[in-house]
Amino acid sequence: MKQLISSIRIAFRALRMNKLRSALTMLGIVIGVASVIATVAIGSGATQRIQQQIASIGSNIIIVIPGSMSSSGVRLGTGNAVTLSEADARELAAQCPDVALAAPMVRGGAQVVFGNNNWATGVYGVTPDYLTIRELSVAVGSEFIQQDVDSANKIAVLGQTPVDNLFDGADPIGQSIRIKNVPFTVVGVLARKGQSSQGQDQDDVILLPISTAKRKVIGVKQANADAVDTIMMQAKSGAQIPAAQEEASALLRQRHHLQAADDNDFSIRNLEELFAAQEASSKIMAMMLAAVASVSLVVGGIGIMNIMLISVQERTREIGLRQAVGAKTRDILTQFLVEAITLSLAGGLAGILVGVGASLLISKLAGWTTSIGPGAVLLAVFFSAVVGVGFGYYPARKAAFLDPIEALRYD
Amino acid sequence: MPALIDVRDLHKTYLLGEIVVNALQGVTLTIDRGSFVAIMGESGSGKSTLLNLLGCLDRPTSGRYLLDGISVEAMNRDQLAEIRNRKIGFVFQNFNLLPRMDALENVELPLLYKGSETLDEDELGQLGLAAVGLTGQEHNLPAQLSGGQQQRVAIARALINKPEILLADEPTGALDSHNGAEIMTIFQTLNKAQGITIVMVTHSDEIAAYAGRIIRFRDGLIVGDARAPRAVRGMVVPVLSPLPAGASG
Repeated sequence: MKQLISSIRIAFRALRMNKLRSALTMLGIVIGVASVIATVAIGSGATQRIQQQIASIGSNIIIVIPGSMSSSGVRLGTGNAVTLSEADARELAAQCPDVALAAPMVRGGAQVVFGNNNWATGVYGVTPDYLTIRELSVAVGSEFIQQDVDSANKIAVLGQTPVDNLFDGADPIGQSIRIKNVPFTVVGVLARKGQSSQGQDQDDVILLPISTAKRKVIGVKQANADAVDTIMMQAKSGAQIPAAQEEASALLRQRHHLQAADDNDFSIRNLEELFAAQEASSKIMAMMLAAVASVSLVVGGIGIMNIMLISVQERTREIGLRQAVGAKTRDILTQFLVEAITLSLAGGLAGILVGVGASLLISKLAGWTTSIGPGAVLLAVFFSAVVGVGFGYYPARKAAFLDPIEALRYD
Repeated sequence: MPALIDVRDLHKTYLLGEIVVNALQGVTLTIDRGSFVAIMGESGSGKSTLLNLLGCLDRPTSGRYLLDGISVEAMNRDQLAEIRNRKIGFVFQNFNLLPRMDALENVELPLLYKGSETLDEDELGQLGLAAVGLTGQEHNLPAQLSGGQQQRVAIARALINKPEILLADEPTGALDSHNGAEIMTIFQTLNKAQGITIVMVTHSDEIAAYAGRIIRFRDGLIVGDARAPRAVRGMVVPVLSPLPAGASG
């Protein structure tokens, strides 16, 4: 203990003697640690953003869309068939034990007019369950209820973007807007959701009761008046998503009278998969950045080794004298290791400060989300200590095993 | 009581580049506790090699070395370090003080490597400095001290762990005659008053005359071993302290 304290004192004194040299040596570690901290902060910030986006779409969502359709041997893309129906949605919700909700929807686009303003936006025909599944809430006014669907009321719930573009700051509730020349009464405005991960404006939307949408705006498909574009389902939990998918697939095959050899005339996707892939790629990116940054930590370590070797050489006589008065191998080893670790830890701490500052600056200037956890900081401290020991060991060992006579004679 | 130092047929061979140097070619020697021995000889005669071996800084190629009854010739690095720490004090021609440490820290250095804790290290260090007449200079760096003062700090350092033997390699080689005489006075007092065994390598007959026994070396062998007659021995027996603190050279 006494020797450790004395070693630390000696180390600080030696480092103070060569202030510029110590500072430059530390700079390598400072840059290394700072860049690791900053890249980890950017990487985990990106991951966090993706997770927020997943949450903004709704949780445990499964989407069912119609399968591809062949017409005279021409295979059209997925989603062109009209195989899904409102009845399918009702049965999915009723019969699949792992499915919590199933909401049918139809989609279209339309020019919306209010007063002198008009705006082209997406028009969705939905049921109240859709709002639950998407975790949409109404900021002003009210949402519509099942009865509005049943009686095909001409009411609309608007996203923020059409509100901004049509009403010029006026209160939209109770106003009448025209969609394809049909008047609709605005009953509610959705809370803002922001951009989706694909950069889509999730607020540029108008929700209508599905029945009204079909009859007045989007139009009924000739083949099947009950047809819908999409069924959005919510599994009871994240773990139940695969089971819910299988149940839904089996039920739909049965309802659509598909033989064992037939392909599905629908396809089922869940968003978790999509985002898992996105998250994984952002994690890989972050790890690569961190790997590049840790290379600079290694370079910093080599700087420490270099300076320690010079220091050992300069102090050969001192080492010889210490050996002559009784310093053992371990004493000399400890002394120089402490010096190397002091350099690298001091550099590491400064690096943390610089790294935190840099990531704050990045999030301010570039508008990226950054996040610094205690894990990243601990890791940085740990790594700088490891660098100190790792690159300090060889010079320290060299010092410890000097021949005392030769060391004492060294000029 | 066995001799403090008992060396039998000591050989030391080392390589200088590709040349084999036979530095010691069979030295047999005993030194009694409490004696003051000067070793003389030309450069390369093997006297410094012997001093290094006696100081456990090096191991012989062959032969035996009993230090205080303990066989040390086969000890490892760390065991030798411990022997040096406890039993031996070194005084060098060029003082070998650590330039960044003040006088007191230099004196206390061997305490750092002593296995056990020492209470009142500073008190012990200050006593040591006082004994060589350096009270008031505790916090001066070596560069702020004269050569004679630096050598006295080195002596205080050599004595802090109360060793049995003081080994000195040309202790006055870097000093003028006045300061050299002062160092020798300190040596004599240590030898007489405290019974510390001193082995000193020197070129100078004048300095060697302070010793009670003079051993001469040539080509790695002892060629002369003379004990000074009682009357001549210790021609100066001065009082060690207080030396004037400002005495310098």
